[in-house]
Order: sequence, then structure tokens, then C-alpha cells
Amino acid sequence: MSVETLIFEKGAPGRRAASMPAMDVPTGPLEEMIPGSMLRAEPAPLPEVSEIEVVRHYTHLSQRNFGVDTGFYPLGSCTMKYNPKLNEDIAALPGFARIHPLQPEYSIQGAIELIYELEHYLAEISGMARITLQPSAGAHGELTGLMLIKAYHQSQGEGHRNLVIIPDNAHGTNPASATLADYRTVEVKTDARTGGIDMDSLQAILEEHGNHIAAIMMTNPNTLGLFDGNIVEIARRVHEVGGQLYYDGANANAVLGITRPGDMGFDVVHFNLHKTCSTPHGGGGPGAGPIGVSKHLVPFLPGPLPARDERGYHWEDAGPQSIGKVRANTGNFGVLVRAYTYIRSNGPDGLRHVAESAILNANYLKHGLASDYEIAYPITCQHEFVVSAQRQKEEYGVTALDIAKRLLDFGMYAPTTYFPLIVHEALMIEPTETETRETLDYFVEIMHQINEEARTQPELVKTAPHTTVVGRLDQALAARKPNLRWTAGQEATR
Amino acid sequence: MSYVPNTREEQQAMLERLGLSSTEDLLETVPEEVRLRRPLDLPAALSEPDLKRLLSAMAARNNNIDSTISFLGAGTYDHAIPSIVPHLQRRSEFVTSYTPYQPEVSQGMLQAIYEFQTMVCQITGLDIANASLYDGSTALVEAVLLAMGPGGRGEVVVSTGVDPQYRRVLHTYAFARGFTVREVPTYNGTTSLEELDAAVSPTTAAVVIQQPNFFGCVEDARAIETIAHKGKGIFVTAITEPASLGILAAPGEYGADIAVGEMMSFGNTMSYGAPALGFMAAQQKFMRLLPGRLVGQTVEEGPEKQTGYVLTLQTREQHIRRERATSNICTNQSLLAVGTTIFLAALGRQGFRELGELCVQKAHYAYRQITAIPGFSAAFSAPFFDEFVIKAPISTARLQHHFEQAGIIGGYPLVSSYPGMDNCMLFCVTETRTKEDIDTLVSVLKEVQA
Repeated sequence: MSVETLIFEKGAPGRRAASMPAMDVPTGPLEEMIPGSMLRAEPAPLPEVSEIEVVRHYTHLSQRNFGVDTGFYPLGSCTMKYNPKLNEDIAALPGFARIHPLQPEYSIQGAIELIYELEHYLAEISGMARITLQPSAGAHGELTGLMLIKAYHQSQGEGHRNLVIIPDNAHGTNPASATLADYRTVEVKTDARTGGIDMDSLQAILEEHGNHIAAIMMTNPNTLGLFDGNIVEIARRVHEVGGQLYYDGANANAVLGITRPGDMGFDVVHFNLHKTCSTPHGGGGPGAGPIGVSKHLVPFLPGPLPARDERGYHWEDAGPQSIGKVRANTGNFGVLVRAYTYIRSNGPDGLRHVAESAILNANYLKHGLASDYEIAYPITCQHEFVVSAQRQKEEYGVTALDIAKRLLDFGMYAPTTYFPLIVHEALMIEPTETETRETLDYFVEIMHQINEEARTQPELVKTAPHTTVVGRLDQALAARKPNLRWTAGQEATR
Repeated sequence: MSYVPNTREEQQAMLERLGLSSTEDLLETVPEEVRLRRPLDLPAALSEPDLKRLLSAMAARNNNIDSTISFLGAGTYDHAIPSIVPHLQRRSEFVTSYTPYQPEVSQGMLQAIYEFQTMVCQITGLDIANASLYDGSTALVEAVLLAMGPGGRGEVVVSTGVDPQYRRVLHTYAFARGFTVREVPTYNGTTSLEELDAAVSPTTAAVVIQQPNFFGCVEDARAIETIAHKGKGIFVTAITEPASLGILAAPGEYGADIAVGEMMSFGNTMSYGAPALGFMAAQQKFMRLLPGRLVGQTVEEGPEKQTGYVLTLQTREQHIRRERATSNICTNQSLLAVGTTIFLAALGRQGFRELGELCVQKAHYAYRQITAIPGFSAAFSAPFFDEFVIKAPISTARLQHHFEQAGIIGGYPLVSSYPGMDNCMLFCVTETRTKEDIDTLVSVLKEVQA
């Protein structure tokens, strides 16, 4: 256990870690440039630290953080695959990193070319007619997609459609995005036998709400890691009542080159490039959430869109039916460069190999864990699967959270816990394709050991982790007495 | 280049362990009618050296701002990045981690974000800040949604001095959510106080300005605050050029309820405009309404009670509250926030003020030189920070041609966003422009006249 004090508690008055360019122009009095009432009264009370202090502080902080480069990161639905270093080098090239979004088109031909080509690659991978690279993350793509669906329905004189169907195992962003697009949500149940959508539950919703259905949002494979084999029938029925199908691409790592959302009948698809296309997640972001749409939704896409003619590449304004713009500039370009590099590294066969290997690794791991843990749906999974620690909880009083915390002691990150909500004591495990067989075997071995510990010395598991820089933290206290910033002279939270 | 470590032989052995003969057996749940029975139509895989060559050539087809002189700002600013920032920000423990769901092995990122939240408060003069949002435009929308409250109906009054892209995004969300956007014009470069006063009513949910505004002009934020607060509305300031906070009054000083904006230019590469770094700072009373992640300080559960950091107040968020969440945001811009935190730590109390002084002095020097050229005049007389609008004797389209010939990148032609301002160009001069750069610009403009 160790402490790293805050940067604000370091340094001394007058210290600094950055030098400014020379003031090489004739200067005038500031008060003659800016009215006194609009000048800052006191300098911002930022830290006063030297360069060596800054370097040591943030180096220490990085050492107190766990990434994919540190070890196994089986965080379900987050696709924490290896992030190739080549992609970082390419994104850092001055021609990509040091360009301004408002430069004249002649001066950024390479950037528009990359965007133009990436759009076409993603259209091919998803089987959609057109892509926009504007959305900044998966949830942003969801919202953009729902806006397109709304604009489409309105153009058809069907603006009354106000309901979005969402499976009970969906990511939380799905219902939150629906609300943001001013839709109400209705939940469709999971078939306890297959793990797919319960077709009776769906039918009942379609019959009850019929022409008020705007869309259904689905992940396929879903958050249980299972491919819903009824997808064509689901698409037929939802389309029959006039609804649209939205594909949450969080789990698209499992379908690359194997099947395509467009061929399944989806009208809108988002990608999480920070999952499927290996761009690093950066401790929370940035990501990128491009969306693909069917032909009938193309006129509503946000603009501008890249185009090519004999003069080269340029931006085209979106048409009169466009929803507008969902963020400033053209999307998370630095992330797009990495995704582009990844697709070109792998090629068509490589991408398919990615998906197949991800599926194989998940099934291999599932097989290894089955003797100690209850598999929520003991059938062939895709890129991930869910185990339940319900038995460990009932027999030993050890919860999914305890098991997750104990894993940290063995130099591994934990699976996603307590999600999806429909599985008790859920541990959602996604190994990804970039893990070796030895790592998978080691994880199985450790999970077996933890199960033994739960049986023989449950306190050890319930008080884990024991080897991390801090022990289990008091979440309740953090919420009860929120301390969201440092202030001079403040007392630490107690 | 494949990043799959297990060989085909190893994979075959793994399949055999599962009692299977090929990976096809794992795809049995995917119905034949949706199977793709052909290879994806994509270019063949390339090795690392081949790809480096290809993409270096593509990057070279862009004029980067180190190889030319640029006076573009208009929402995206070139500020010098100390070498320590990328060296520390790109440490792979930061880069390759996910959202810190397991705090005990994510203390580095959590503490860095806690420091970021603190620094955002320090420079905006407000009480609390969140862990980041996608960009300035979506941060502005989130502030407006916060002001609207659940249900999201109501009217927001926004100055046309706010970045046109931000307003476009606001209109897009307004369409989806069902709220009304009322725009107030500018007069002589700043928001018309008369028109603003007429537009704000007791039912106004929020009043939004930008400081300095899109024309670079400094708004009379104190006068606007009085108007904004005459009803129950929330006063939101958008800041796209955070270097201005080195010398301009902080939002907390002039009574803003919420400050939002863009901090990408503090320590992060421009990268064609994104990934960007949206921020939101607010008065304490809005704490439980904030969108996005929040990091809080706490202690260990165990007897040692050592200090630690966690994601907190998560019952606001989508993964807990689902359709009743304050926002749908999940992924944010953490790594950029780390960059900005290191940047601000490096500049520190003195450097941050010096940055503002350098920008304002260099911009005013350029302004004096350009307005002294016959035919070129200032479009407005309002005070400005590091951007200003020049009215040229020819159209900005023709002006752009001159810049292209001279091999420099000029300013931003305003006509694309402000119809009627055909000859008006927005110039930005930050601390990274030298006197020599500015004199080059002036000499190009003088030739235009000749």
C-alpha cells in the first residue's frame, strides 16, 4: 500500500515546468486592450512545480494504473484487445497530428482521402450503404442513429412513433440514448432457453404498440455473448409494423467477415472503433462511434460528407433533409487514423481471423471455467460469455465483486461485474483474440484457485485485493460526502 | 500483420480440447442466410514497413502547421506543447486502460482526473467540474439539457457570437429532444444587449454566450449576467480558447452558473480537430445534475483508511439509471484530460498567465500592423483576446488564393457561417506565432493591396 500525494501538494512558490516563447513584439498596456472589469482579478491557483516533479508525479501515477500492456483485461463487452504501437506512430505523424480542421481543402488532401476510404471500408464490413464518421463514441452513435430514425419517420408522416424496444440485457447507453432522442422505451425479455430475444415477448409488444414503434435496438451477438439466430425473423416482424432496426456495434468483434449487420436486416449500425478496431481506450476515452445506414436513411446523415472527383478530395454539404451536425468538426480523426491502420494491417482475411480467434478464445475459456462456475448459458458463445457466482455466494458468501477484486491480486484486471442485469452475480468475460493460450490457461487456474479459497478461506476473498496500491475503497462514503476537487487547506476525506 | 498470437496449430489444439474440428463449428448459431460467404472486399493486408510507407505518404499530402505558417483559430488553437506532456500522457498504462471500473488498479487515471477536475475549477473559478465530455459543442448541449431538466422542453437563448458549429449541433439536438433555440444577433462584434434583453423571458431555461466569442471579441459578461438572471434561467458561458482565462475574468467571477468548452489545445495534438476535450464546470448546486463521469476522493474500507479515488455519484449515469440518466455518455475523453492536466501543471500559476499575455500582445501587434495597411480595416471595435476580424478590400475567396500562392495558411473566411461577411476574415495569433510570422502575413496582405 502506498500513497502518491496530489500535484497541488507538491512544489513551492515560483517553481515552473514550462518555458514560454519570447515576447518578440512591441507590447502595450493590457488595460488599454481589455476593459478592467473583464480582467481576471487573481491568477488561477494552479500548481507551482518543477519539471522533474511533474515527470515523477505522472510517472508514478501511470505506475498506479493497469492497462492492456500490463496484463490480461477480460472486461466483457469492452473488447480490451492489444492496441498496436504502429497505430500510435501513424497517428502521431505531423501530417495527421498537426493539421487544423478548417484548413483549405487543397492543404488536407491526405486527411480527406483517409476519411473517404475508411468510410468505404466500414460500409463493406457492416454491409451498409453509407457511413458517417462524426459520432465521438458508441453512445453518441446511438443517439445520432436514433435522430436519423426520427427524421426518417417524420419525413414519412409518421412522427407519432415514440417507442423504442430495448432488450432487458442491453447496455445502459441504449435506453439513455433513447430518452435523449425523446423516445420512450419498452423492454423486451430474453428467452431463458436460448438467451436470444423472447419472440413471444416481442410479438406482444409489436401487437400492443404497432405503429408507435420507432425502432428496436439490439446487440448481436448480445451481451450474453450469444448470437440471436432469430434475427431475420425479428427484422421481418419489426419492419412489418414500420419500425427500424438499430445495431449496437459494441460486440462487432465477433462478426468481422462472418456476417454483416446490413445482411441481418439492420437499418442503422454503430461501430466502437476503440473496441473492434483496436484503438486504445485511454482510461475512458477517446473512442469513435461511426454509424452506417441503409440507403433510405442516407439523406438524413449529418454533414459534411467526404467526396472525390477529378480534382481530388473535398467535403460536400449534407442535403436539405440532413439532421445537421452532432459535434464540431469531422469526428475523432486521431482515432480514425488508428482504425484505418488496423484495417489495412489485417486485410479481409485478417479481420475474419480476428473474429474467429476471439470466438475460439472465449469458448476455450468458457470450457475451462465450467467445472467451477455456473455458465449462464452453457451453449456455444461468440466473443464473450457470462458466468454466475450465485453458487459461490450461496455456499461460501463470496460474491461476484469479491471474485473480481481477488483477481486483481494476480496481476489481472477483472471481468465486467453485475452485467447483464438478468444474470445473478454476473461476471462477463471477454478474452479477445490477442491473448495467448497460456494466459487463458493461467486465468482458468487462478479462477479455480479463487473458488477453492472461497470454500476454504472466504475472508481472504471477501477482503481482497491485498496486493494493490490501495485496498478496497469506500464507494458509499464517496457518494455520501462527495469530494470532487482539491482546495487549499482542505482536509482529506474521512 | 496479424496481432493474433496463437498459431493455427495451437488453435487446432484448442478446438480439439473443445471436441471440435474447425472454427466453423463455433459459428453454428449464425444462420446460413446471414453468413457472408465471400471475403470482405478490402485491400489485402500490409506489413508494418509497407503500411508505414503508404501512410507516411498520405500524411505528407497534408500541409501540417509546422511546415507552414497558419493564422487559423476559430475554435481550434495552436498552443505550444511542452515535451514532457506527450512523454507522460503516452505512457501505455494510461493509454491502454479502460474506464476505471476497478479503482484499486486504476488509481493513476482516477487521481489524474481528480486533478483535472480541480484544475478546471481553478481556471474557471467555479466549484465543481466533470471528468470530460466529447468536445466543446456537445458540452454546450449537455449544459443546455441540464438547464432544461427532465422532459427537456423549454427555450434556450443563444448568442450568434457562439461558434456556428456549436449552434448547428445545438439545433440538431433541439430537433431530437424537442426544445426551442432562440438566437440573438451581435452588434459591432458582441452580443446585442438590447436584443438579448428582449429575448430573455421568465420561461427561458438557459442563456448561452461564448467568451471570447467566435469573432474573438470580449463580451460584456457582467452586463449579460444581469440579463440572463432576470428570470430563473441558467447562465452558460462557452469557452473555446481557454488560454484567454490567463488574463480574462473567470466565469465564476462574473456569475456564470456553468462554463463549458474546449481544452484540446492544452497539451493535445490538433489532429484535424479531434479527438477534442469538452469540459463542464459548474456551481456546487448542480452537482447531482452533471452529465458524465465524476471522480471523487474517498478512503479504504479497511482499517488503514488510506486515501483513494473512485468514480462516484454513479446513480446519475446510464449504466445504473438507464433511461432516467442525466446523459447517455459512457466513453469520454480521459486521455486528453490527462494531457491537459500535465500541460497545466507544467505551465503552473505563472506560466498560465504569461500564456494569456503573450497571446493578447501578439494578436494586438498583428491587428495594428494589418489595420495599418490601406484597404484593410477592423470589422469591429470591441476588445478582443487573440482573434480579430479584418475586412479586406477583396473577397476572402480571392484572399485565400493569395495565401496559397505565398505558401501560408491565412485566417478563417467568415462568409461560410455569416452570410454577408464576404470580405471578412477571422485571424488568430497565439504565442506560437513569431513576429517574423506576423510580418510575413502583413507583407502578403500588402501585396494584395498592390
